[in-house]
Amino acid sequence: MTLPNLTRLKAMIMKEILALLRDRKSRMVLILPPLVQLLIFTFATTLDVKNVDIGLIDRSGGAHAQELVQRIQGSPQFRDVIVLPSLRAMEEAIDEQKVIAALIIESDFDSRIARGDVARVGLVLDGRRSNAAQILAGYVNGIAMGYGAELRPEMVKRAGASEVTHWYNPSLDFKWFTLPSLVAIIVSVAGLAITSQSVARERELGTFDQLMVSPMRVHEILIGMMVPPMLVGMFNGILFLVVAKFAFGVPFTGSFLLFLLAMFLYQLSLIGMGLLVSASSMTQQQAFLGSFLATTPLILLSGYAAPIDNMPDWLQVVTYADPIRYFLIIVQGLFLKAMPASVVFHQLWPMAIIAAISLAAAAWLFRARME
Amino acid sequence: MSEEALPPQAAQPQGSSRRRLQALMVKEYAQIRRDPSTFLIAFVMPMLLLFLFGYAVSLDPRATKIALVVQDESAAAARLTQAYVNSPYFSVRVLRGVAPARDLMTKDEIRGFVVLPPDFGASMAKGAPRPIQIVTDGTQPNQATFIASYAEGVRANWVLGELEARGLRGAAPPIDVSQRVWFNPGLQSRFFLVPGSIAIVMTMIGTLLTALVVAREWERGTMEALLATPVRMTEFIASKVLPYFLLGLASMALCTAIAVTVFGLPFRGSIFALLLIASAFLLPALGLGLFISATTKNQFVASQMALFASFLPTFLLSGFIFEISSMPWPIQAMTYAVPARYLIPALQTVFMAGDVWAIILPNIGIMLLFGFGFFFLCFRATRRSLDS
Repeated sequence: MTLPNLTRLKAMIMKEILALLRDRKSRMVLILPPLVQLLIFTFATTLDVKNVDIGLIDRSGGAHAQELVQRIQGSPQFRDVIVLPSLRAMEEAIDEQKVIAALIIESDFDSRIARGDVARVGLVLDGRRSNAAQILAGYVNGIAMGYGAELRPEMVKRAGASEVTHWYNPSLDFKWFTLPSLVAIIVSVAGLAITSQSVARERELGTFDQLMVSPMRVHEILIGMMVPPMLVGMFNGILFLVVAKFAFGVPFTGSFLLFLLAMFLYQLSLIGMGLLVSASSMTQQQAFLGSFLATTPLILLSGYAAPIDNMPDWLQVVTYADPIRYFLIIVQGLFLKAMPASVVFHQLWPMAIIAAISLAAAAWLFRARME
Repeated sequence: MSEEALPPQAAQPQGSSRRRLQALMVKEYAQIRRDPSTFLIAFVMPMLLLFLFGYAVSLDPRATKIALVVQDESAAAARLTQAYVNSPYFSVRVLRGVAPARDLMTKDEIRGFVVLPPDFGASMAKGAPRPIQIVTDGTQPNQATFIASYAEGVRANWVLGELEARGLRGAAPPIDVSQRVWFNPGLQSRFFLVPGSIAIVMTMIGTLLTALVVAREWERGTMEALLATPVRMTEFIASKVLPYFLLGLASMALCTAIAVTVFGLPFRGSIFALLLIASAFLLPALGLGLFISATTKNQFVASQMALFASFLPTFLLSGFIFEISSMPWPIQAMTYAVPARYLIPALQTVFMAGDVWAIILPNIGIMLLFGFGFFFLCFRATRRSLDS
């Protein structure tokens, strides 16, 4: 492969940038998704459980039972404690999702505490929302433990305890997770969507053949098509970094230069995949669907939607081919963990390999399609 | 253009309405069969989504990688170490110092670590064990919460066993919370994620696919040609709605069958209720799809609109994964305008709980209202766009 001719390359890049910016519709894709995602994702995507209603059947009516209920009512996670007259009413309230859980305090609750026996409390959870229910059960357990410890301090002494510290994000603020991850997600969506349109658009408009008969070499055309999505991605990534740091106060503890380097490789791997989709589609609609079909698994397998540790082993192996996986670790690390260069490089080289393979495959397919 | 505005002879189309509708349906059917994107959206995408939500997106902790920093040589510490190693929730690496654990955490190779302090065994023997430290990686808050509570759970259980083995009574905490989970005793996140992914599949067929296909007709000008024939507006819209309605139901049925047979989801409600719920949801989904195509008349814009007006809200604002009650109030207010918000609880209920009509009927009612609203907009948009 000869070195790209700079004049031709410049012309090609200018043409691609103009094609992207002059079209009102494509401009919309550059601006709307990042804005919507920033607002909605930041505030909506939290796995916290707050403001839930819990049902109560108190058969004891004693002072200890009341104290326990008051502590639950007073905790910020719960909104209302709804007193239920019977088990039948409880069944109805849970079935109809009026409450997500119900607490049953047995009639001997106070007398057992007075005697020093174990007092039992039943907690019925709505398994339809099993994640929220589980988190909620944790809160109730914590409150019961806390009250129990006050009642019988000697027991706590004998049973010991654990001290929990959360590193990098001491108060477990969900935005500190969402905003850095968003840099990875938004860049992937935009990168794939824009790149996948490029070849398909030329082909649908019939200008692809003109491009082919021009003195442009294949690699010059490809590089020309790679530059605009790269610029858009860089712009979005840096914009999000600034917003996360200054508007939402998420600390950025790592090196900005490393961030740029990681962004560059990350985008190369995404653009490679986008070109692959583009070169294999005949129309813009197919290209759109193709990029949609590629983006969804890439995001869901990256560890953003759910921890990779929770996946079955064979699927964990598949995630190694997902560039978002590596960039997510880097960007979270650079934001919160002050990740040193050596560790960043450890995540960089797999992205470089993915980029090399996908770009080579795209170039090959592009050439093959020409004939 | 309204029908009143037409000259009288044009308002009297020849042939029966049934025949015209039949002809339109045949055309639509041929179009669906020949279009690769229909196949992609109606069959490949649902399978992929179901597969991903069945396997990849699991919120159930399983073999989470942690380290155990054991600074104590006592037998008690060794037994507690064993308890952690045996726990199915953790995959444990045993270390001697905190420094390597810190390194592993920076490298993202462990999600947290537990420190057993030097005099752990000795203090345990004296009857007042030193607290252990649990350190989590807070960059992933949900996982950090789980690690903290599960790691403490392993320790608390182990201490209880130790004390009981020594014959000490009253070792248990004074208040014991025994929990029972209804509908999903194994607390498998798959049980609520898979019904949720069925909602996404129906959104894609109802809104995305419909918007794309109809927008293409507008873009190519074949829509004007169609509307110039003696076809009535209602017939025309019916011919666009019915095939995709059936396609949506077929895809839903396929997904349900896979959910029950492959992923082992319970199905405690009735097929009748499921059909009712799905049909009620497809109405607003299709209405929105047609409305988008009639207002944009361009495939690319239509696809983007469908993504942002329907796919993302169904994903994020329907209560599918993220609890609505935890969102700030402006976002909570927005969720009321998302039809999928009413579909998700109804679907989860019919799969896991049964036919709880008190949940199903109000939700169906609201979805139908949305459906009528969108179709009304759609009629207006189609007429106006012909005038211009």
